[in-house]
Amino acid sequence: MAEIILSNIEKHFGAAYVIRKLNLVIKHREFVVLLGPSGCGKTTTLRAIAGLEEIDNGEILIDGKPVQNLEAGDRDIAFVFQLFALYPHLTAYENIAFPLRATRESRESVDKKVRAVARSLQIEHLLGKRPSSLAGGDMQRVAIGRALVRRPKAMLMDEPMGALDAKLREEMRTELKRLHLENEATTVYVTHDQVEAMSMADRIAIMNDGVLQQVGTPDEVYHHPANLFVAQFVGSPVMNIAPAKLESRGNAMQVNLGGEAAEFEFPSELGSAISQSPAGSGDLTLGIRPEGVLLSQVEKAGHTPATVHLVEPLGAYDIVDLKFGTALLRARTRSGFAGKTGQKLWARLDPAQTHLFNSKSGDSLHIRLGDGAN
Amino acid sequence: MAQIKFHSVTRKFGGNTALDALSLDVADGEFFVLLGPTGAGKTTALRLIAGLDAPDGGSIEIAGEDVGDQTSAERDVALVFQYYSLYPRYTVRQNLEFPLRSRTRNLSQSEIDMRVEKAGKTLRISHLMDRKTDRLSGGEMQRVSIGRAIVREPRAFLMDEPLSNLDAKLRESLRLELKDLQIRLKATFVFVTHDQVEAMSMGDKVAVLNKGKLVQVGTPWEIYNRPRDLFVASFVGSPSMNLLPCVVSGNECSIFGGAQKLKMPATPATTGVTVGIRSEDVEVGPTGPVEALIHDVENHGMEKIITLRVGDAFLRATVSSRMQANVDAKVKFGLDPQKAHFFDQETGMNLSA
Repeated sequence: MAEIILSNIEKHFGAAYVIRKLNLVIKHREFVVLLGPSGCGKTTTLRAIAGLEEIDNGEILIDGKPVQNLEAGDRDIAFVFQLFALYPHLTAYENIAFPLRATRESRESVDKKVRAVARSLQIEHLLGKRPSSLAGGDMQRVAIGRALVRRPKAMLMDEPMGALDAKLREEMRTELKRLHLENEATTVYVTHDQVEAMSMADRIAIMNDGVLQQVGTPDEVYHHPANLFVAQFVGSPVMNIAPAKLESRGNAMQVNLGGEAAEFEFPSELGSAISQSPAGSGDLTLGIRPEGVLLSQVEKAGHTPATVHLVEPLGAYDIVDLKFGTALLRARTRSGFAGKTGQKLWARLDPAQTHLFNSKSGDSLHIRLGDGAN
Repeated sequence: MAQIKFHSVTRKFGGNTALDALSLDVADGEFFVLLGPTGAGKTTALRLIAGLDAPDGGSIEIAGEDVGDQTSAERDVALVFQYYSLYPRYTVRQNLEFPLRSRTRNLSQSEIDMRVEKAGKTLRISHLMDRKTDRLSGGEMQRVSIGRAIVREPRAFLMDEPLSNLDAKLRESLRLELKDLQIRLKATFVFVTHDQVEAMSMGDKVAVLNKGKLVQVGTPWEIYNRPRDLFVASFVGSPSMNLLPCVVSGNECSIFGGAQKLKMPATPATTGVTVGIRSEDVEVGPTGPVEALIHDVENHGMEKIITLRVGDAFLRATVSSRMQANVDAKVKFGLDPQKAHFFDQETGMNLSA
C-alpha cells in the first residue's frame, strides 16, 4: 500500500506563495503526473512529498500516516532526478546495489535483487560498466534501477527524461510505464511536457502559479478542460481561442469570432445552455481544437468561407492556418487536403468539440453539445 | 537574388570530417532546412555560408558568385543564433539600430528610423521599443534577435536552432511566425534544426544530413513519404517508423512468421530486407491477419498510440481516441500494403526509391 494524500498544503518564500492550498489524493499504484510551466510549484510539491522540502501548512499522509516530521530516509520513497545522479567511480552494478548497502542483506540476496531490476530495465549487459561509458538513456536506466532496487512504496520522478533527446524519450516513455505496471509502486511524475503527461499518466494534476487547476484522466483534461489555462496548456497544436459574440438568428445561433467574415452557425440549444451555466454571464471566449474545425472543399450550407494562410505538413496529417477575414483558426486535416496558400475552403465548428469559457474568470461553462468526442 | 550553392564542400577538424563533399542548391526565396542529429554537420554548413569558417575543399556561391574570398560582412547574409545575442543595457530600439550604425553603411537617421519601425511592426514588438532587453521574455528576446537581422535587409537569413531554447508552447507559435515572416519578406532562409517537426512544418525543402553527408533533399512530403534510406525513415516522423525484418521469397516479403505477406515492387537482389511502416498505416481492428498483445497505450488527445507486441517484435499503431485499448488485451491488425516501405538491410537503401 502507498496512498499519498496532500491536504491543504502551502509553501511560501516570504510573501510569495509557491504552493497554495493544494489538495490531492494519489491512489495506491496510480501513475499521477504533476504538469505545469516552470515555476508553477510542481517540483516543490514533489520534493515536499519526498521530504526534501518542508511545508508551511497542511498535511502529507502516506498510507494514512502524517509524514511531514519524518526524515526523507524514513519515508520509504525513491526519488529520480532529471540529471542522473550516479557515482562516477562505481560500476552500474555497484550503483544499483548502493542503496542496499545499509540494509545488511546477504550478498546473494543483493545480487538477486540487482539482477532482477537490471533485467526489467534491459541493462544486464551494462552492469560492469562505469557511468562515463554509458549513453544518456542507459545512465537514466541505471538511475531508475537504483531507485527501484529497494522496492519503495512510491517512486517520485522529477523530469527524468528532460536531458534525453526526442527519439530516446519516446522509447523511455513506454519503458517507464511498463515498469510502473510491473512494480507495485505508486508513481508521481513531474514534467512540463504535456505529451509526456498525456501519454503516461493515469491522472494528470495541472498546476499554475502554485494553484492546482484540474485533476483528471488524460481524456478528461483534453476533452473537458476546466478553464482556459488547462485548455491551452494541454494539446498540440494549441486550442484555438477567440472572444465570442453570440446572436440568435432564425432557428440558429450565430457565433462571431471577430469581424463579419468570422461568423459560425451553431444549433439554437447553445443559447439556453449558456444561460443555464453559472459561469455564463459576461463576456465569453470560445475554444476549439484544430480537429474540431471541420472543412469542406466545396461550398456547403452552414459553412463559413475561409482562405488558406499557411499549411504545416506534419507527415501523418497537416495543420492548416485559415483566415476568416482577420480572424485566424487552425484546423487539422488529412495530409494534402488544403492545397496552397490563398486557396478557398469552407469551414464549420463541430459543436460537440466547442468549449466556452467565461472571459474574465477563465472558467469553462461546461457546455456539451452533441456527443462527439467523448 | 540570393541563391546559395554548395559545390562538393568538405570541412575537416583534425581527423574528423565534419562535412564530406556536400553539394546543395538553395533557390532564391526558399525556406531551406538543414535537418540532422547532433554532429551531422549542419551548423558547420551554416557557418561556412556566413563566412565564419572556410571550407577545406569545394566552393560556395551566393547569387551566382563564388564567395571564397569574401569576408563575412561582404557576403551580406544575417545569422540568428540559438542564444539571443543582445546588448542587455540597450533598449530594443538601440539593439535594432546597432547593426545599421556601422560606418560602412552610412545610412541617414531617417532611413535607420524607417527600417527599425518596419522591423518592429513586422515582428509585433513595436510596443517594446523602449524597454531594456533584459526585461524581455525569451520569446520577445528571440524576436528582437531576428529583428536585428531583418533591419540589415540581408540577401539571406541563416538561422541556427533559433527556437530550441524556448519552451514547447512558445516554440509552436514562433514556428508559425517565422514561416509567415519568410513568406512576407520573400527572403531566402537557411534554417538549422535537429527537430523534425520544425523541419516538416516550416521547410519548403528539407536536406537531411547525417555524419557530414547529405542523405536526402526533398519537400517535407517527399522526406516523409519517400524516405531514401533507413536513417531518414526513422529520423523523420513521430513516433518513429516501425521497422521489421522480413523473409523474402521472390517479390513477396513475409513478416510475423508468415501471418502477413506483402508484395514488393520488384524482386530484390538481396534477401535481407527490412519492412518499414508508419504507425498510422498499421490498421488495428476486429479483423486483421496478425494477432498481438497491447503492450502500452499512450493517450495523445485526439488519438492514441498503442504499442503492439507480436512475439519479440514491437510496433506502434495510431488509433482513434475512441478505441478501447487496454494493456495486455489481444487485438488483431494488418499493415496497409500500399504504404509499406522496403529497405535493403545491408545498405539501408529504400528498394522502391
